[in-house]
Amino acid sequence: MAGTKPETIAALKSAYPHLATSEFRGATRVVVPRDDLVAVMSILRDERSFDYLVDVTCVDYLHYDGATDRFGLVYLLASTTTNERLTVRVFVNEPDLTVPSMTHRWEGANWMEREVFDMFGIVFAGHPDHRRILMPDDATCFPLRKDYPLQGRGERHNLPVLTRENS
Amino acid sequence: MALGSPKNMLDLPENVVVSKLDALASWCRKNSLWPMPFATACCGIELMATGASRHDLARFGAEVFRFSPRQCDLMIVAGRVVMKMMPVLERIWQQMNEPKWCISMGACASTGGVFDTYSVVQGIDRFIPVDMYVPGCPPRPEQLIQSIIDLQDKIQREGTVSGKEFNLPARQERKRSLVELPVIQAPMHMHTR
Repeated sequence: MAGTKPETIAALKSAYPHLATSEFRGATRVVVPRDDLVAVMSILRDERSFDYLVDVTCVDYLHYDGATDRFGLVYLLASTTTNERLTVRVFVNEPDLTVPSMTHRWEGANWMEREVFDMFGIVFAGHPDHRRILMPDDATCFPLRKDYPLQGRGERHNLPVLTRENS
Repeated sequence: MALGSPKNMLDLPENVVVSKLDALASWCRKNSLWPMPFATACCGIELMATGASRHDLARFGAEVFRFSPRQCDLMIVAGRVVMKMMPVLERIWQQMNEPKWCISMGACASTGGVFDTYSVVQGIDRFIPVDMYVPGCPPRPEQLIQSIIDLQDKIQREGTVSGKEFNLPARQERKRSLVELPVIQAPMHMHTR
């Protein structure tokens, strides 16, 4: 079974009755307010044995029909003991794009959160190594935001040009 | 005949060849190219196939792939180059000794290919000099071999002893004067001896 057990949802609902859950083709999704993220994730890891953080990624809902929030973070969780899977969503909006880091709960969140910061500019509070991971260190853009042009803003044109004469 | 009267003829022993030093140096260089494989993508696989036994780049004097730029004189950029990689490519190009040449292999290295995005360099000739462009996605080994043969012709025609003056105006002037010189043919008896 790859879905989520009803007891897991019930445990979350008993602690936080207002959590919105939905299900699509056997996959369960929980939308968590940002302020409750640390507590909900602690319940999932410590009491519901979600010991594996599969992925952390983000969606930019700019210009998305019917969207009310700008960024939607996605945490994909799995349990290697109960074989459950669960998707946790957190929505954040400008100007405060800070989300608590999960690196203290799942060590593997380190590079995934760095990638989300690199591509979307989401700030992970408490991250031990909060740097870019893919783009050059001196990059000033967040390329996967929908308001960033596909071909960039010419950042790549400031490298030195070598010719036959100067190389 | 071209040298005129017989008293002006040079009487050379039969194991002596007269040439220009530039032409001799270029002849040596073009037949001993040492490629530096800057392979970043699928073009690199074709580059490996070119060097392997079936296509055998060694037939054209360029089989010695070296992974140190200090030992190479032909950079083959095979594959897309991202913006973050470009300073590395430039550093390697600067570390290569003169004379040196560059082949841009494939659509991505030449133009960016289908990767018209913020992160991919839209043609490495924006940042480093390129001698030969090989079209294809990826090019077949035959195409790369053809480009190396063409590059050998270019080296024979344009090479200089110092190897530093490829595109300077003074070099262009000198090439023009060389082209305009009359061709001196060897005396007939040297062929028949």
